[in-house]
Amino acid sequence: MSIKGMVLKRLAAGIVTVFLVSILIFLSIEALPGDPATAILGQQATPENLAALRKELKLDLPPHTRYLSWLGNFVQGDLGTSLSNKRPVNEVIGWRFSNTLFLAFSAALVAVPLAIIFGMIAALFRERWPDRILSMGSLAAISFPEFFVGYILIYIFSIKLGLLPSVATIQASMPFWTKINIIILPCFTLLLVVMAHMMRMTRAAIIGVLTSPYIEMAKLKGVSEWPIIIKHAIPNVLSPIINVVVMDLAWLIVGVVVVEVVFVYPGLGQLLVDSVAKRDLPVVQASGLIFAATYILLNLTADILAIITNPKLRHISE
Amino acid sequence: MTFIKLLKQAPLSAKIGMVIILINVAAALLAPVIAPYEEAQKVGSVWLTPGQDHLMGTDQVGRDLFTRMLYGARNTISIAFIITCIAFAIGSGLGLLAATVEGYLDSMLSRLVDIIMAFPPLILALMVLSIFGTSIPILIFVIALIDSTKVYRLARALAMDIRALEFVEVARLRGEGLLWIIRREILPNAAPALIAEFGLRFSFVFLFISALSFLGLGLQPPTADWGSMVRENAGAIAFGITIPIYPAAAIAFLTIGINLVVDWFLQRSAQIRAQ
Repeated sequence: MSIKGMVLKRLAAGIVTVFLVSILIFLSIEALPGDPATAILGQQATPENLAALRKELKLDLPPHTRYLSWLGNFVQGDLGTSLSNKRPVNEVIGWRFSNTLFLAFSAALVAVPLAIIFGMIAALFRERWPDRILSMGSLAAISFPEFFVGYILIYIFSIKLGLLPSVATIQASMPFWTKINIIILPCFTLLLVVMAHMMRMTRAAIIGVLTSPYIEMAKLKGVSEWPIIIKHAIPNVLSPIINVVVMDLAWLIVGVVVVEVVFVYPGLGQLLVDSVAKRDLPVVQASGLIFAATYILLNLTADILAIITNPKLRHISE
Repeated sequence: MTFIKLLKQAPLSAKIGMVIILINVAAALLAPVIAPYEEAQKVGSVWLTPGQDHLMGTDQVGRDLFTRMLYGARNTISIAFIITCIAFAIGSGLGLLAATVEGYLDSMLSRLVDIIMAFPPLILALMVLSIFGTSIPILIFVIALIDSTKVYRLARALAMDIRALEFVEVARLRGEGLLWIIRREILPNAAPALIAEFGLRFSFVFLFISALSFLGLGLQPPTADWGSMVRENAGAIAFGITIPIYPAAAIAFLTIGINLVVDWFLQRSAQIRAQ
């Protein structure tokens, strides 16, 4: 199969997955005991009230029609109305999602280069002290729950030293540098957790290449260390590293949920958690679908990049 | 005897890990015996500093924090353990079966697992909880479901490798039944990898349920639970009181312990395979 064919096949599979996920999200709410109308009205449910609200929420139509209109509206940016405050969901979600992306991408911007550099250092000095320190550090970072790192940072940097704000209530009107100052701590928390995994995978990928026969050959014919790394090793580790980085970005988008709650950051994750507690289903549906779709898209990108950059994968299905 | 020998050979890091796990298990088992007070008993005023009466001080409603930590170990570890066991029973059972039977069952189960894994785990759990509300059975169900997909993939891959070997073919030709082959030929050979995976999955489940409790959607008060304790006492940090850090540190401590042991186990089985 050609590269194009494989990419298209993976793309189609990704689109099908997003569809299945959207159907699942829709059905899961259909499966509710009782319907949203009863849930909203609760004690005040009289037959007339219920019928009126069902009509308003379009619950009187058959499920497949409602799914199609829900999805149609969703694509056009109409995400329904929040049950708890009666505001349109996209109004509630819009700027929160942009906040989440702002936080996640700021973290990624720092995490990706640092993780790759640390991974390279660990691989080049493997089994020696820089590697030992880095791998102990990354083991710890993987084991720590985000809220542990978060509260430790708050305790040190905002309570004891008073350098940074402990609560990251960002506002749209704030100047850019104030925003950056506010998100330093949440960013750092995210960074530690996501960097550890990226670093470990980078290290493993580089070690895998450095121990392969063709590098051995280059060494034997007398090429010095840096040209070996830059000319021979890097092109071959690029593909696994790109793959890991994009997959970790997918993780990052979801990992923000806990961090947002720790720092009271007004992002989509915190909104989702609040809405789950309030059982505000339209908001849960919409934010769940946004998170899931972003996650699936990033994983899809990782796979496609892997197909393009790794010649080995092209031959598997031939 | 060989087991003790094996433990003696373990590197220092793995030994530290084992001690950490033992301390936690002891705390969980002996909580009612060691704890100076009752799980939900109010014993003093709010956020007392550590002292003679209260080893770690008191929490946001004046309960003894040390007591809560012990019961927290008991509740959190036991529920995480139960969930991991269920996930393993389902995941490895179906995984081994799918690999052995193949065909229709295999492709159906594998597609189902693909769909579940396409969801980010935390988001899937939050959506299920928003529909059914938070209760212990629902928590167990949803986390076990998410986790069983990963066990399924591993068990299936392992069994695929093993069933291609001659002794399985011989057993099949001998006329042994399907369950016999899974139990006597495939399972023993998949066991070392599955045991290491059990440790990893346990630490994942443990962190996951702690995160949900921290978000207020896991175990509900007045049950003592490390994640919820961090959440309930989070306000103290603004006054420079370190109380929310203790339960968070306990979570980190146990997870590190498990990872140290699992790392050793994985390295060891990789060495055995290489020989």
